[in-house]
Amino acid sequence: MLSVREICKDLTPFAIKDVSFEVSSDQYFVLLGRTGVGKSVLLETIAGLVRPDTGQILLDGKDITNEKMQKRKIALVFQNSTLFPHMTVYNNIAYPLHCRNGRIQIRQRVDELAEDFEVRHLLSAKPQTLSGGESQRVSLARAVASEPRCLLLDEPLSSLDTKSRSQMRALLRKINAQDRMQIVHVTHDYTEAVSLATHVAVMEAGTIAQVGTVEQIFQRPKSEFVARFVGIRNFFKGRLQEPHGNGKATRRFTSGSLGFSVLTGSPGGPGFVCVRSEDVTISNTASPTSARNNFEGTIADVVPAGIGIEVIVDIGVEIAALVSSDSIKTLELACGKKVWVSFKASAVKYVEE
Amino acid sequence: MQDTKYQIRNTRYEPLSLAFAALGGLVLLFIIAPLASMFLSCSVPELAETATDNEVQSSIWLTLWTSMAATMLFAIAAIPFSYLLARKDFPLKGLVTAIIDLPIVIPHSAAGIALLGIVSKNGVLGKAATKIGFSFVGTPAGIMAAMAFVSIPYLINSARDGFLAVPVRLEKSALSLGASPLRVFLTVSVPLAWRSILSGSILMWARGMSEFGAVLIIAYHPMITPVLIYERFGAFGLKYARPAAVLFIVVCLVFLVVLRLLAGGKNNAQR
Repeated sequence: MLSVREICKDLTPFAIKDVSFEVSSDQYFVLLGRTGVGKSVLLETIAGLVRPDTGQILLDGKDITNEKMQKRKIALVFQNSTLFPHMTVYNNIAYPLHCRNGRIQIRQRVDELAEDFEVRHLLSAKPQTLSGGESQRVSLARAVASEPRCLLLDEPLSSLDTKSRSQMRALLRKINAQDRMQIVHVTHDYTEAVSLATHVAVMEAGTIAQVGTVEQIFQRPKSEFVARFVGIRNFFKGRLQEPHGNGKATRRFTSGSLGFSVLTGSPGGPGFVCVRSEDVTISNTASPTSARNNFEGTIADVVPAGIGIEVIVDIGVEIAALVSSDSIKTLELACGKKVWVSFKASAVKYVEE
Repeated sequence: MQDTKYQIRNTRYEPLSLAFAALGGLVLLFIIAPLASMFLSCSVPELAETATDNEVQSSIWLTLWTSMAATMLFAIAAIPFSYLLARKDFPLKGLVTAIIDLPIVIPHSAAGIALLGIVSKNGVLGKAATKIGFSFVGTPAGIMAAMAFVSIPYLINSARDGFLAVPVRLEKSALSLGASPLRVFLTVSVPLAWRSILSGSILMWARGMSEFGAVLIIAYHPMITPVLIYERFGAFGLKYARPAAVLFIVVCLVFLVVLRLLAGGKNNAQR
């Protein structure tokens, strides 16, 4: 269990203010935020590269705030390789093992790790000759070799191509699930959070805007910032109609010339609604029901989006729908075609301004 | 395409480049001419005779080993110190850096006199040495002290630059993997700065080997070759001093070239 408590660090012109969160063992914790909001500094503080001004860091109940970094049992993997360029891959992986093992054990352990991280064929190579994905796998193997209590990753996937990225993701998931390794992963890319995290903290300007499970963050963002940031594509500004009674009810939200049905218990007034593109369905005919938002529009674009295909439909504003490639074929979706988009009132998330 | 364009442009003989080349030629000539004339004015039998001269042989040998020993001995303290200079900020760091460069600017005879003040039998270091049964004045130990005094800045500065070029991130990674700071220094920092340390050592060694002024004051005897050359010139004249000088220069050049090749042959680990 890693606890970060009220960490403050002034690095004028920018500062980390009162950052607190907890990562329990076997959690995969993603720190999500734009470049320059202090994610990396926070990670370096946990690793011991940076001393916080105030606050505490606890690992498994032990205060490690002032512990030397070599004693913390926290390994750090950077975006760019920090493999030792004068050593072979073998010696890089063996580096943390030399402290407490005999030769034969080291050999055995390096072989095991090389197998797990699919770098066996690279053991005698020098780091300079490796591809980005290979370097990152070796870095990860080396970090795991040090038997850390917690693994910190600073943008570990951002310099990789798509294929190495998915390979690395699989490895990270495996380390987390099988080896029950708690991981803190820093990224600016929300798709990494969606695909890897069990828990997410969104950072904004040196503070944490929201912490929670992936579902909490992505389906119920607490603020406009989080909603925008985590990549909810359909985001409309407008005004919510005043409620008629207490409790949740389907109400009208107007945004320009469009009107949405929103299931909410919030008071009326100016705000935003957001709809996840996964919740938007496309059909060739209208199927109106009271609970659904139905709009006719023309397909403006069809974009492959990794986990599916994003269809952008112009209904006066552009709205994105995530569909499977099968649907594209069966519905014969193509640019310029007239279609109906619909989504449930309960799928619309209202955020007060 | 871009590259070849560039080359064509660079090889075109512009008047300014020609003028600069001419100036460069003059400088080169200024270095080469005296050496060449000295080499040419020595006959082979003369050189052969000098080479078999016991006095010359032992002085060359003495010069080589004292300068090497001085470099190695002082490297033990200088390399960790250079690391400190590269990595840490401390009060009066500017002053410390200036002090390190001091031996380069002060006249070497003055350096010799200053050093003699502490290594002579009445000096602090001299007294301590007498107690454990040796002396600096007139011994190889004194020669080494004088050589090290004037040449240590070269090693420290070069090693510091080498350590500065080692990415701090690599050292931090090693620490986060559980290695002790000493282990990180020995297995990451030193190997990665090795080329600079080696070339600094070669510079220090070469500078120590060619030292005359400071050594002359502390240890006229046993005679290192630069002193021997001076003595032969003073006592017997140019013709007698020349073959010894030529021989010493040849020996130094051979060693320097061999060491440079060895140092250059090992690829810089950082690249």
